Amino acid sequence: MKNYDALLNDLVPKKFGRRGNIWVIFLVIVIIIGLIAYIDQIIKGQIVTNMRDYALWGIYISNFVFFVATSFVGSVTVAILRLTNNQWRTPLVRIAEIITLASIVMAGLTIMIDMGRPDRLLNLFLYARLQSPITWDVIIIPTTIALSFLLLYFPLLPDLAILKKHYEKVKPKLSKWYGKLSFNWNGSKAQKAIQEKSIRIIAVLIIPVSIILQTIDAWLFSTTYRIGWDSTNMGAYFISGAFVAGLGALVTMVYIIRRVRGLENYITDYHFDKLGKFLGLACLTYLYFNINEYLIPIFTAPVEEDIHLNSLVFGEWAPLFWFAQIVGLLLPLIILLFKNGRKPFPMFIVGLMVVLGSWWKRYIIVIPTLLHPFLPIEGVPESWHHYFPSIHEWLITFATLAMALLIITLLVRFLPVIPIQRTADEKQLKRISKNTES
Amino acid sequence: MKENNKNSRRKFLDKGLKLGIATTIGAIGLSKISGKLSAKNKNSNGEKMELMTTDGKLIQVDSSEVIEVTHHHEDDKKYNVREGMPNRKFVMVIDLAKCKNALKCVSACNKHHYITGENAWLKVHKMQESKDTAPYWMPRTCMHCDQPACVTVCPVDATFKRRDGLVLIDNERCIGCRFCMAACPYSIRVFNWSEPAQGDMSEITMHMDMENENPSIEYAGVPSRKGTPDKCDFCPHMIKNNELPHCVTACPNGVFYFGDKYEDTVTNGEETLRLSKLLEDKAGYRLMEELGTAPSVYYLPPVDRLVDFEDGLENYKEYESVEKPEES
Repeated sequence: MKNYDALLNDLVPKKFGRRGNIWVIFLVIVIIIGLIAYIDQIIKGQIVTNMRDYALWGIYISNFVFFVATSFVGSVTVAILRLTNNQWRTPLVRIAEIITLASIVMAGLTIMIDMGRPDRLLNLFLYARLQSPITWDVIIIPTTIALSFLLLYFPLLPDLAILKKHYEKVKPKLSKWYGKLSFNWNGSKAQKAIQEKSIRIIAVLIIPVSIILQTIDAWLFSTTYRIGWDSTNMGAYFISGAFVAGLGALVTMVYIIRRVRGLENYITDYHFDKLGKFLGLACLTYLYFNINEYLIPIFTAPVEEDIHLNSLVFGEWAPLFWFAQIVGLLLPLIILLFKNGRKPFPMFIVGLMVVLGSWWKRYIIVIPTLLHPFLPIEGVPESWHHYFPSIHEWLITFATLAMALLIITLLVRFLPVIPIQRTADEKQLKRISKNTES
Repeated sequence: MKENNKNSRRKFLDKGLKLGIATTIGAIGLSKISGKLSAKNKNSNGEKMELMTTDGKLIQVDSSEVIEVTHHHEDDKKYNVREGMPNRKFVMVIDLAKCKNALKCVSACNKHHYITGENAWLKVHKMQESKDTAPYWMPRTCMHCDQPACVTVCPVDATFKRRDGLVLIDNERCIGCRFCMAACPYSIRVFNWSEPAQGDMSEITMHMDMENENPSIEYAGVPSRKGTPDKCDFCPHMIKNNELPHCVTACPNGVFYFGDKYEDTVTNGEETLRLSKLLEDKAGYRLMEELGTAPSVYYLPPVDRLVDFEDGLENYKEYESVEKPEES
């Protein structure tokens, strides 16, 4: 019983320390600055961005694609590892679920920032046309938001009941909230059966839904005639990219949360090793699709595509392109091959590299293509031949990233980041089996 | 026993339902057939009528069989902005051999559509396929494709294809996602990144123009709206009055021909030609035919040119398409 108390003490949500408070204030400030920039954008129009008639999409769209990609982690770790019965997932799943929910919510918000007429948002429903990939997005994003919320919420029920009990005397108000949210969970057999079944259904559902989400995201590009987008490789390429980006985000978050919350006993080297191998697999898959996307066209590329590829590999875009390929993919892959590379701290660095590389990779996918149209860019100001985000775009983008981090931070603050009930169950199970063995 | 009872009742209900449906369908079918059968011999009064078939044969028909054709002419003639003009299919032919980059088309287009932004709807590209081939000037309007990529991807039906071939934009509905701009392989669409600086002038002129009509998307893109795209509209406001688009009439070299594919004629204001013959004689082609967008704009290759390519160079401005008013 003492063991259980210690476990509970370790895993219940903790109040922010000084560092936590500063962090939240910092995020809120970034968000407010971004909000001001966005209001300015609404008043003046998107002239405040550096998007113009040729670079007609910019950092908002690439950032949107990034959010969509990181949201893939929930379905990968939770659903796939669950269905394949990988026990090492236990302390990681909730963090993955939180990242998924935060990213997909932010993806939905980010795409709206890109709209020239956000005041006409309702037209998307009033005049919806099913043949447009944007309408597919309008359908799939809310679906994913709902599913990833349930995927986070259902496994939480027992823990919420535990928290209710835990705070009963210390903080009656908080305890009441947890109680309400736990839907009077009492751990009875009937409740457990329903919960178990629901989770299983959601876990099965979320796999096709997130694959569809990633694919539709890819189709936003591949349904156009543009060089570099008009490719049958896009769907699979995006899914594998999301696999990498999502796991990268997960590794980074797991490391930070483990350190801040002092969970070294629960998330051990063993878990990082497993995660590292998983991320390595993801990188290999992504490498395969990158070869398909960039290397193979060399043989048959028509003139326009040749110009495009050349500018990526050797020209104007080469620094970013190689940064994304080397820092975001090749180096992590090499590091992950070594056992020492899969230790917590190196993994944290790898995670950061992957996330950064993935972010810029989306930029490289979206923008260069737009600046290589079939007909020459003529009769427009010199600056329209190039694109780099304006201050407004950076401020708004940072605000969206900060908002995602704030959602994650708050969820980590109020929810047990490691499932309490499950961990307790598993530990007890182990003890019993040990007893019988000896 | 109870179970059995339930089952048999279910079966009975099921069968009854199926039988009911079958009877209803049968009854409807029978009544229809019998109706037809009885109609044939009903009012036969023996009077015959002589009629001419479409291939010119005279035939006799019992007069009771003759039913007057109801014409939907009124419906057909009624002009609907989203439907377009009935029984028309507008096309344009651009003769590259004649173009010498006089840019009168561009300035006329800019003037009449109140284009004040940086990016004109109509542009003249300086083209050269490769170092070894001859350079030429290529005016580029909207292609008004029959398989328009922009229309396919629009999530709210703000850009639409009319029966008369025009692709237009309802900029009161557009949400500004710019997917149409990304989808267009000809990069013809332009966007109003800020409040268009058309000023009160354009609004006033618009209202004068439309005094007797409701403001409509026939004036697609005019006046422009912030946060929505614009593009070449084939001047529906001119076509409707049986006039030629502004670029056609403005061109001093007769480069642009405009007309109706069904009538098989195009005109540049000076000469009227048979479209099919013109395209055949001069090897007309369409831009990026291989994409399958089926444009309504045809090009005639730049052969037997009357003017030197270099003559156009003095007008060539890489970075400017809309003449700015002199700043005072």
